[in-house]
Amino acid sequence: MSNATKKTATEARAELKTVKQTPGASKPDAILVVDNVVRDFGGNRAVDVDHLEVQRGVITALIGPNGAGKTTFFNLITGFDQPSSAKKMFGGPSADKAAKWSFNGKLLGNTAAASVAKSGMVRTFQLTKALSRLTVMQNMLLGAKDQRGESFLAAFVKPLWAAQEKANIAKAEDLLKRFKLYEKKEDLAGSLSGGQKKLLEMARALMSDPVMIMLDEPMAGVNPALTQSLLGHIQSLRDEGTTVLFVEHDMHMVRHISDWVVVMAEGRVVAEGPADTVMSDQAVIDAYLGAHHDTDLGDDALLEEGAMDAPKKEKK
Amino acid sequence: MVNTALARRSSPKSLRVIFGVLLGLLVLSFTLGTGAPAAHAASDVCVADTATACFNGTIKGVGEGVKLTIDGNGESIVVETDKDGKWNAAVTTAGTYTITLDEKTLPAGVTVKGDAVQEREITLGFVKGAIFAVDGATGEGADNGQSQEQIAAEGFNWDRLAQQVVSGLRLGLLLALASIGLSLIYGTTGLSSFSHAEQVTLGGLLGYTFANVLGLNIFLTIVIVVILTGATGYIQDAVIWKPLRKKGLSLTQMIIVTIGLALALQYTFQMFYGASTVRILMKNPETFTIGPVTLTFESLWAMGLSVIVLILVGLFLLKTRTGRATRAVSDNPSLAAASGIDVDRIIRLVWVIATALAGLSGVMLGLVLNGINWQTGMQLLLLMFAAVTLGGLGTAFGALVGSLIIGMTVELANFVVPGDFKYATALVLLIVILLVRPQGIFGRKERIG
Amino acid sequence: MDMWIKVLYDMSANMILPTTAAFAIAAIGLNVHFGFTGLLNMGQAGFMLIGAYGFSVATIAGLPFWAATLVTIAAGTIFALLLGIPTLKLRGDYLAIVTIAAAEIVRMIGRASVLNSVTGGSNGLPGETYRNTFSALSPFPDGKTAFLWFDFDNTGVNGWFIRIVAWSLVVIFAVLVWLLMRSPWGRVIKGIREDEDAVRSLGKNVFAFKMQALIIGGVLGAIGGMFYVLPTSVQPDALGRNMTFLIWTAMLLGGAATIWGPVLGSALFFALRIFIQGTVDILIPDAILNTQQTEQFSWIMVGVALMLLVIFRPQGILGDKKELNFNV
Repeated sequence: MSNATKKTATEARAELKTVKQTPGASKPDAILVVDNVVRDFGGNRAVDVDHLEVQRGVITALIGPNGAGKTTFFNLITGFDQPSSAKKMFGGPSADKAAKWSFNGKLLGNTAAASVAKSGMVRTFQLTKALSRLTVMQNMLLGAKDQRGESFLAAFVKPLWAAQEKANIAKAEDLLKRFKLYEKKEDLAGSLSGGQKKLLEMARALMSDPVMIMLDEPMAGVNPALTQSLLGHIQSLRDEGTTVLFVEHDMHMVRHISDWVVVMAEGRVVAEGPADTVMSDQAVIDAYLGAHHDTDLGDDALLEEGAMDAPKKEKK
Repeated sequence: MVNTALARRSSPKSLRVIFGVLLGLLVLSFTLGTGAPAAHAASDVCVADTATACFNGTIKGVGEGVKLTIDGNGESIVVETDKDGKWNAAVTTAGTYTITLDEKTLPAGVTVKGDAVQEREITLGFVKGAIFAVDGATGEGADNGQSQEQIAAEGFNWDRLAQQVVSGLRLGLLLALASIGLSLIYGTTGLSSFSHAEQVTLGGLLGYTFANVLGLNIFLTIVIVVILTGATGYIQDAVIWKPLRKKGLSLTQMIIVTIGLALALQYTFQMFYGASTVRILMKNPETFTIGPVTLTFESLWAMGLSVIVLILVGLFLLKTRTGRATRAVSDNPSLAAASGIDVDRIIRLVWVIATALAGLSGVMLGLVLNGINWQTGMQLLLLMFAAVTLGGLGTAFGALVGSLIIGMTVELANFVVPGDFKYATALVLLIVILLVRPQGIFGRKERIG
Repeated sequence: MDMWIKVLYDMSANMILPTTAAFAIAAIGLNVHFGFTGLLNMGQAGFMLIGAYGFSVATIAGLPFWAATLVTIAAGTIFALLLGIPTLKLRGDYLAIVTIAAAEIVRMIGRASVLNSVTGGSNGLPGETYRNTFSALSPFPDGKTAFLWFDFDNTGVNGWFIRIVAWSLVVIFAVLVWLLMRSPWGRVIKGIREDEDAVRSLGKNVFAFKMQALIIGGVLGAIGGMFYVLPTSVQPDALGRNMTFLIWTAMLLGGAATIWGPVLGSALFFALRIFIQGTVDILIPDAILNTQQTEQFSWIMVGVALMLLVIFRPQGILGDKKELNFNV
């Protein structure tokens, strides 16, 4: 983040203007490049992404109807699931058809979830995974990278890791203050509300200074009163140089903060582009109408700026 | 997917199927029971196989009625010589035994020459002789007790292969009866029930109670045992498992509960039946020979009965509505519940079927292995888990295939390793399965996550 | 009345037995597995037996005490690796299945007649054959020493020397576990107990941490086994499944995921069992329950106690219900 030559978020967003609005379009400065990722569950093809690039330094939203394979796609690229199209020792797809994806210039196929996280791509979960019987502070400290005290022999000798621990605590306290959880730092994480757990999970992910953070439905189940501050956090992350990729159902949020939107349906990427244009894309409307006949996504009211500020009113 | 409305009204048919199974067993018990080849000349030998070892000997010239006691490894067996002075005894644990000749039972004027108490060490699958020389016998001289050491000799030959394959099939079938229940319970509740082995032991011991102690016909005994063990499943689910599910106990806690239950049951068995091996049928099993394969009649019909019951269970799961509902619950309990299946009722039924099948397996194991004791089931637990894991945890048909493979492997392993290590081969196999394909043959990867 | 005093004496004597200390060490190990990491090790007695064989066979082969101790530790480590590699990436109950099976196999192999010359087969190895290297380390003079109502040999089979060493080890291991658990390492371990995936998403190699925990607990089990057989003899059947279940019951009784729970649980457990057995012996005439049946009855009680503990008080005596997690 301290890199002086690094583009500002504004520049990164500006670059997107030149990108073609077609599925799989190449980005001027792609941080994540995905090829041939397929995942079958029995006979169902849950994910079938030929090619996808994610621009560095912007907020990209991944949307799509239920069952479009968004979360599965997340699981695949973060190493929590293996693609059916992975390279195998025997048989399997040919080299050019095999799944491969690279993050920040590093190939990630067949990488364990922990190594993916270590390389700087940190994720959160749709159903929060706050470690409920640890305190909020312990949760935060778990997020820190390269801790000397986590090696078995050093663990016995506190002087070896005490200084680092102190620095991590200071960092955690800063983050907790930012996420308005400071007062709760000694509480068990299980005692937090659903929205606070989402915040904690995000804050915990930030403890490792990720290059890219992947949020799986950060708004689901969050108290409307908290949504605004969550949105603010996500935007400020981008402004500080972190790339954000998030899955979301809440169109208002997508519309409000994302710089680029990728639409998935039935496992495929069907459209991508800036929020306002992509939502009027015929393929997107078809995708949603195919899934929910009763949802009128074509309703212009939904696409108007005024409606975007409505969630607070509506949800109350 | 399951038709919900149909699944809900399905009990009559499923009950009919269960009833049919019981009725079938009852009919079988009369037809086979009365037609048992009682007139068959008793070949009267102990057949050494991977679960049995034999001691034998001949005390020439003393005639019948001389008693010998074989003690050791928790077993205590008393045998008598036949009219030729021959005796043989089957034991089911390898180790050292003390063979004592009861001198008081020798005919008048006959005395022991040498030791009346001898120690012999034996490995499963072997026959060992014990020679007791006597003075003053009225019959021929003292050239007695040719030891038939190592009839089931080491090394490979085709005859032995055939014998082992049949033994493997037999073990596999009996194992399948027990492990299908284990798999069904796992599938519907997510619980690895460590007390399932004790259900097998219970079946065997109840078989001993009815057939041996009370002297009932063996087939009638089987019917009674199946009903009683099935009832224990019903009671267990009603008293323990359902309340615990409702209490929201985690699976780990439930697993520990099954382990506590297993421990309590084992010592309850010991309290009532003692620590030694009891035999379900007192008479020495009669054997017949087809080509190179020698089998007891009990083994033959036990295998036949297993096949019939396994087919019926398969038909139940595939063809009846309740069976399909059971598979639906295995597949996805919450989805099944949401589509109107009464999950608790299915789980109750699964407990009944599982324990009844385990009980049936127990009786037949007791017959085939020449006896049963308080830990017979426990010794098979590893084989059951290996079978279920190999087939795919939670899949009933996987359990069947897995059992057959495990049964066969364990018996054929005898060619390579000593009999003492045969269970170790099952563990090695289990570890290899977990390394190569942890979801098993029929399991889906998602299950193990 | 004398009978009751004898029961009380037996209870207190059992609490400070070296075998009780050995049992406590194994329970501390199991607590690292289950209490802190959430690993379902159902074969802790297998680790004990491996350790017991490791020490006794190495000593009989002529190794000095410290080398034999290293063999014990190596045996526990290898056993843990063997069981952990195939199972630690899978759901928790696979570890349970494999450990319970492997412990049985170790016992079966130990008593196999083929290995008579090494392990003594089903007869086991008598203590005199491997005890001397340990007794030789005793700094105490010959003779007896009385303390409170206890009067033991200084260095004998069940003397003060082994009692002091074994119980000191209990304290040392408990303190080491405390040191570990307050460190960042312990934090990761507890995180894994809660939710592996969350910890994985934070860049920790969950498999490696679980393996480390399995090895530590396993080595403690092996050392427990070594001290269990030092004052007695190597009897494969004495370190079978029942031993595993006893350790579980003791650990849960004292409180899993606490530092001193397994130790308190072990001492209490032996005292309680003697108490139950003694009481039943005194109060119920032999005609109803003879001594052997009393023993069986006390085992049934152990099984029932294990069930009741897990259902109604999973946190045990010292545990904090909020701290303990029973998820697979």
